[in-house]
Amino acid sequence: MTSGGGTFTRYASPAAFYPLAGRLIPWFAVPAAALALWGLYLGLVAAPTDFRQGDAYRIMFIHVPAAWMSMWLYVTMAVYAGLGLVVRTRLSSMMAAAIAPTGAMFTFIALWTGSFWGRPMWGTWWVWDARLTSELVLLFLYLGVIALAAAIDDPRRADRASGLLALVGVVNVPIIYFSVQWWNTLHQGASIKMTAAPSMGAIMLWAIVVMTLAFWMLSFVTAFLRVRCIIVERERHADWVRKLVDNRT
Amino acid sequence: MTGAGFWHMGGYALYVWSAYGVTAVLLVLELVQLLRRRRAVLRRLKAMYRMGIDEA
Repeated sequence: MTSGGGTFTRYASPAAFYPLAGRLIPWFAVPAAALALWGLYLGLVAAPTDFRQGDAYRIMFIHVPAAWMSMWLYVTMAVYAGLGLVVRTRLSSMMAAAIAPTGAMFTFIALWTGSFWGRPMWGTWWVWDARLTSELVLLFLYLGVIALAAAIDDPRRADRASGLLALVGVVNVPIIYFSVQWWNTLHQGASIKMTAAPSMGAIMLWAIVVMTLAFWMLSFVTAFLRVRCIIVERERHADWVRKLVDNRT
Repeated sequence: MTGAGFWHMGGYALYVWSAYGVTAVLLVLELVQLLRRRRAVLRRLKAMYRMGIDEA
């Protein structure tokens, strides 16, 4: 029986979250794989060839989900970093550190796929337009957060410094999102708007939604795998970690 | 889309498959790296406990 403190506070301790994250991983990994296969089928096979862009537009089905994840993971990382700074829960800062590399990877994927879409459609791999530049800044923010944490030996100071950078960098997320409205950009406007009916076919819409869910589920898997590594590294002086390591053959 | 046309991608094969290929490779590499990191961490801690030193 546990008295006092709800489920959330109980799992805010690294020792309690470690096994929970381990149990949760398959519940995200299996849907991630299934959704990815479904999304690939929708985007590469079921969706018809676009009358203007030919088959090059199929890059959209990974480009848009990766770009959304790059922004969503940044906000999630910043919220955890903020909790770590304000409430001083160790697990929050560990989660922020666990999310950063995956966010950086999706940012890189968004830039890479965008480049390979821009070359045949715009005739250039890269332009310094507001959308592309702000997304590149996002990549540097992620890399800055990772590098800053790695450069400081004391974990708590590392958490504070990188957490602060993560928080400050949040201003860049709305800049990315609204850049296509605020500035005259080569990049097209939002594919799906909250306020208007989508301007694309149902299959294309579904392909984007399904791939986004696949990337999201995968992000849970990588964040949980990484946070488990971070937890045992940082809590290596705790008895429970020692027992855990000793019990493995 | 089926058969040869699928791989040809209407002439955009280089662009489409570069985008999808690099994405797939990165997603898989991240998972592989994380599983290797886990093994390495546990191995390092085991050695650390055995020798009674803090080098992790």
